[in-house]
Amino acid sequence: MVNNVPGAELAIRIRGLSVERGGQNVVAGLDIDVPGGSVVGLLGPSGSGKTTLMRAIVGVQDRVTGTVDVLGLPAGTPSLRRRVGYVTQEASVYRDLTVVQNLSYFAALAGVPAARRRETVGRVVAEVDLGGHEKQVVRTLSGGEVSRVSLAAALVGDPELLVLDEPTVGLDPVLRRDLWSLFRELSRGGRTLLVSSHVMDEATQCDRLLLLRAGGLVADVTPTDLLRQTGAPDAERAFLALIEGSAAEEAAR
Amino acid sequence: MNLTFATAERVLAQLRADRRTIALVLVLPCLLIGLIAWMFDGTPVLDQFGPMLVGLFPLTVMFLVTSVATLRERQSGTLERLMTTPVRKGDFVAGYALAFANLALVQALVVVGFATLVGMDVAGPIGLVIVVALLDAILGCCLGLAASALARSEFQAVQMMPAIIFPQLITCGLIMPRDQMPMLLEWLSRVFPLTYAIEAMQSLARGDEWADIQGAVGVIALFIVGAVVLGVLTLRRRTA
Ligand SMILES: Nc1ncnc2c1ncn2[C@@H]1O[C@H](COP(=O)(O)OP(=O)(O)OP(=O)(O)O)[C@@H](O)[C@H]1O
Ligand SMILES: [Mg+2]
Repeated sequence: MVNNVPGAELAIRIRGLSVERGGQNVVAGLDIDVPGGSVVGLLGPSGSGKTTLMRAIVGVQDRVTGTVDVLGLPAGTPSLRRRVGYVTQEASVYRDLTVVQNLSYFAALAGVPAARRRETVGRVVAEVDLGGHEKQVVRTLSGGEVSRVSLAAALVGDPELLVLDEPTVGLDPVLRRDLWSLFRELSRGGRTLLVSSHVMDEATQCDRLLLLRAGGLVADVTPTDLLRQTGAPDAERAFLALIEGSAAEEAAR
Repeated sequence: MNLTFATAERVLAQLRADRRTIALVLVLPCLLIGLIAWMFDGTPVLDQFGPMLVGLFPLTVMFLVTSVATLRERQSGTLERLMTTPVRKGDFVAGYALAFANLALVQALVVVGFATLVGMDVAGPIGLVIVVALLDAILGCCLGLAASALARSEFQAVQMMPAIIFPQLITCGLIMPRDQMPMLLEWLSRVFPLTYAIEAMQSLARGDEWADIQGAVGVIALFIVGAVVLGVLTLRRRTA
């Protein structure tokens, strides 16, 4: 594979990663490179290990073997916590607090000085298009609004690496388009994004795609190559072709 | 340290948003003390037992409130997220303890104030009764924090209360004077923090001074430190 451009910094470098969950190896022998400054899509059927892989990268997954280097340091190194932002699959914000209370707290944790917190919170509220909801208690927001508060909580610290677990689930096409243009903009500014998704038309917005199935890597390709290799007319059918192809291969063995 | 205060501020904001819990924390102990005052009107019972109850309520109430609050944090996924931020485990535990200590202080003042109002006449200094009540409340918070690590559901968290508080209640000397208990139980009572809280309160009810209770207060303080350490140790950054 040609993704190892000499000289290009790797934001994430994974070698021989296996994770045991509930007595099973749910991720087995993964080798993955994520180049710095890129938007990488993480795709795969439900239960294929996307969340588990992300948890290993942000350093909260137990029973991990192999190497996971993030921004040049082993995953879980304390100094990385300032440099990596993680958005969990289920929105993880305080539902009994307002949008601003939530974001101010996460800004404080991310080390944003008190004097700049208001301005920072204002910026991310605009980025996720929650203007007008600042004073609203999160419990009273709609599902898609809650997940955007959760995304905003990771943006306040302006981290170098963003690990986003299905950030666009439940959002309408307009919002999804806006968020993806935000992701592209962040990557132009040198940020790296690892984004898991089930929505295949989003895949075409990524620089690279990682395809997981049953805890293993099925493909690591650019969106164009994915279409070319499979000869499928769109990302959705290319995805199906790859997943079913790899399942058939396994059955044949 | 800054992150401790940020966390305490956030927990306090959550508490403020939950007016009903605050009302329960403040009003419920007063109601119970009022009931006892009424029941034993005209006798010195309230003078003898009032200080002990004033020490007991904060412990139990704060234990419950904290263990449920931290369990909620585990289940809502916010704890997992916090573990990916620069906040340290010590910041998290200390932040919670600090926030609930604020509530505990208000509770101690209100409950002692009310008990005095309905006729509790403590022979010793009333200020010390407040101090011991406050320490009890903080101890309850810290025990609740540690206990919530053992609970996987709200049902289990609520069960931690009879599991951890009731044995202390039974042996602390409130039900039977400790020197009349079987020796084994007497020894057991020595390793429970509530014993020392009740001892200090009994002592104050008799009219003793700071010098007489400083030993017991010191033991309670040690238990608080121990519970905080336990709370930090039981917090896991990596989970299965
Ligand atoms: N706490 C756990 N204990 C045991 N097994 C688990 C646990 N969490 C996840 N698993 C298992 O690990 C596998 C991978 O789960 P993971 O959450 O990583 O999948 P995913 O690709 O994120 O799925 P989805 O798209 O549905 O979110 C699944 O088979 C799941 O059943
Ligand atoms: Mg998932």
